[in-house]
Amino acid sequence: MATTSSPPTAAGQAAPTRGGGRLQQLDWRRYIIYIGFVVVFAAFAITLGDDGFLSTNNLLNIVRQSAIIAIIAVGMTYVIACAQIDLSVGSTAGLASVVTAMAISSYGLVAGIAAGLLVGLVVGCINGALVSMLNIPSFLVTLGMLGIAVGVAQWITDSAPQPILDPTYNLVFGGGNFGPVPGLLVWMAIVVAVGAVGLSKTRFGRQVLATGGNRMAADFTGVNTRRVTFSVLVISSVLAALAGMLYAGRLESGRFQWGSGDELSAIAAVILGGTSLFGGSGAVIGTFVGALLIGLINNGLVLAGLDTSQQQVVRGVMIILAVALARRK
Amino acid sequence: MAQTPEVSEVAPAVRMHGIHKAFDAVRVLTDVDFEVSRGEVHALAGGNGAGKSTLMKILQGVYSKDAGEISVDGRVVDIRSTHDARAAGIGMVFQEFSLVPTLTVAQNIFLGVEPVSGGLIRDREAEARAREVFAQMAVDVDPRAVVGRLGTAYWQLTEIAKALAQDARVLIMDEPTASLARHEADALFELVGRLKERGISVIYISHRMDEVFRIADRITILRDGRRLMTERLVDTTPAEVIEGIVGGAVEGEMSYRRRAGHPGTETGAPPVLELREVTAGPRVQGVSFSVAAGEIVGIAGLMGSGRTELARALFGIDPIRSGEVLVRGRAVRLGDPRRAIAAGIAMIPEDRRAQGLVLDHSVRDNLLLPLLGRFRAGPLVDDRAARAEARKLVQRFRVKVADDSKAVRRLSGGNQQKVVIAKWLGTDPSVLVMDEPTAGVDIGTKTEILETIRDLADAGMGVVVISSEYPELLAVSDRVVVLREGSVHRVLDRDAIPDENSLQLSVQGA
Ligand SMILES: Nc1ncnc2c1ncn2[C@@H]1O[C@H](COP(=O)(O)OP(=O)(O)OP(=O)(O)O)[C@@H](O)[C@H]1O
Ligand SMILES: [Mg+2]
Repeated sequence: MATTSSPPTAAGQAAPTRGGGRLQQLDWRRYIIYIGFVVVFAAFAITLGDDGFLSTNNLLNIVRQSAIIAIIAVGMTYVIACAQIDLSVGSTAGLASVVTAMAISSYGLVAGIAAGLLVGLVVGCINGALVSMLNIPSFLVTLGMLGIAVGVAQWITDSAPQPILDPTYNLVFGGGNFGPVPGLLVWMAIVVAVGAVGLSKTRFGRQVLATGGNRMAADFTGVNTRRVTFSVLVISSVLAALAGMLYAGRLESGRFQWGSGDELSAIAAVILGGTSLFGGSGAVIGTFVGALLIGLINNGLVLAGLDTSQQQVVRGVMIILAVALARRK
Repeated sequence: MAQTPEVSEVAPAVRMHGIHKAFDAVRVLTDVDFEVSRGEVHALAGGNGAGKSTLMKILQGVYSKDAGEISVDGRVVDIRSTHDARAAGIGMVFQEFSLVPTLTVAQNIFLGVEPVSGGLIRDREAEARAREVFAQMAVDVDPRAVVGRLGTAYWQLTEIAKALAQDARVLIMDEPTASLARHEADALFELVGRLKERGISVIYISHRMDEVFRIADRITILRDGRRLMTERLVDTTPAEVIEGIVGGAVEGEMSYRRRAGHPGTETGAPPVLELREVTAGPRVQGVSFSVAAGEIVGIAGLMGSGRTELARALFGIDPIRSGEVLVRGRAVRLGDPRRAIAAGIAMIPEDRRAQGLVLDHSVRDNLLLPLLGRFRAGPLVDDRAARAEARKLVQRFRVKVADDSKAVRRLSGGNQQKVVIAKWLGTDPSVLVMDEPTAGVDIGTKTEILETIRDLADAGMGVVVISSEYPELLAVSDRVVVLREGSVHRVLDRDAIPDENSLQLSVQGA
């Protein structure tokens, strides 16, 4: 037996047992979302190439369809990374769309934009205050808010669509192109870029991850976990309101139905993107690809001629499959 | 040095032979042999990360072995799950408890194996059988009590009863006394003695040598994942065992040393920390004492005497109802950890896993969390500087980790504790409050930590050390505050405490 004192090389530092294990070690599960995206894209390109899947127009369409979900999902990434959930994003989007439309027709463009963002701010502050100050689980608070926001939107409009006649608004918020690039794509790029840097490279982002990973330890380290929790819910609601305003611009009207059900697509995009539902981790770029993948699947299924009910089934199966593959052992 | 003791005529209760285990191609156990006789208390010792818990988790079916053979009572068994282990008669008292806090003691004991008739659970019978097990253990626990409302000592008794109720012949105890008060630990040792008489074998993992020498028959020492020796305790000495574990001479000292910078009483400067009649939280009652710059003040007291509550109040977790806290002569308003940190107070909490660390985050991220404000590049975190700082802390505190992007969860207990300490020292606090700073760390690391505490005090910090281990308290403290029922019972100068027993007497009181 060794009796000489060995320097403190931990067992954890011992050399790998087998050489050439590199490939084996490469953890493909972490990249499943990218692999999945490429595989699905290739499959559609081969099978649906003749149906115009690869046309520039169709590809831009996919981006347009994914952009709004991606924007909501970026906010959702912060919420889930913080070990919370926000179920009210879809109906917040709907409420913001009608409030914006009504404010534009009564008070003009600037008031309309301000009113839409204010909806997000107010909803987010209510969600955030109830969750962080009163310690009510975010699942319950935002479930309640889901009903309240859509109810208010329906009530103030008498369920009627609110047309937006301001061409500038419609151009900037999702309807038009900036040069050759669709406006929606630009909005998405900005939100994703700022969101990704914000979560991984700023002090606030690190505090979100720490709060989601172990709230008590974060508290004991001097992180203001209440403020962090409050902030992520505000971020999520404001981005949801922006999404609603983009719906309104693209479709030239505000309607309470805009965004309904988007909370589920957004959550799916986040989880597909590799963020843990238990908090403590978050990948905004993954979320972005997750949203694109969902848009891609939707688009392909429509081109393939599946009807709505079939689309839903196939979409559900693909999401479960992707999450199951990405699951760690 | 004899490698193995004489082979007993009956087959050993457990025999593990040639065990290998690697995680992600990193070797943790290499060709380990381990054998426990019937009715034997066998201590398993080794430094942090030596592989003790891993070896036992293999026996438990939590991890699978890469190679080797396990036999129980002479028969080779194939343990693939905790269920198989239980069926083979192996029970475990987990380092992290595995009870459901919302269920009763009896419900926990029979969880999954409830006595049923006609599809319905017979709670009465379960309770009666639980009572029987407790009677055999000669301890008094109410089977109908809800576990969450009981103290840790009862949790442990319930865990042991759970194993025994399932006919465990071998009990694994991984650092069972870490969260027990002294008299509770004594009761546990008596229980181990009784179990032994009934032919039950106990595998006992502990970093406390006094316990090992008190209750164990043999000891096996692991070092860096290999078996170093197995020896009867009557044939060895504590010094020999410690040398085996540490792998050389122990750095740092376990005995008190009057430090060069030991503060005299009259320096003119105000104390770094002063408490005036502080009443706070559920227990702390009118506590006053002060800590000079460069001084280490130990806090001694029984469980429930308000030690941890005092630390919590100082760190702003429990509200202070009356009295004053002064840092460097200035009154500070606490009530929230952020204010405590701003005032220059840092705390190493009692429960590192729950309160000190984000287990799934990397060593680096954990170290940097309190320091983020320091590394700014515009609105962003200055990653390069932050990483350099993390590397420096890892080196300075000798955290054994190949790569600081590894998740803290994967570190052994002692190394996790070093991360908790290191993360605070980056913030340059004036006052450092440490609640059980060496819980679960090996002897080598313990002396290193004690040495670190002395260094910090020498550098002018005021340190408050709470510990239930008297030798360690006496090794570093310049003064000892004895708490009793939430109040200061006595403040003793280190010179006025001749030995451990006199401190214990003062703590327990006549
Ligand atoms: N699940 C895991 N994945 C990767 N590495 C692990 C895992 N569990 C343990 N290890 C590594 O295996 C080694 C042995 O750890 P183990 O927990 O068995 O040590 P130990 O002897 O029980 O230490 P301690 O006294 O600190 O509890 C350590 O280097 C640890 O980092
Ligand atoms: Mg261990």
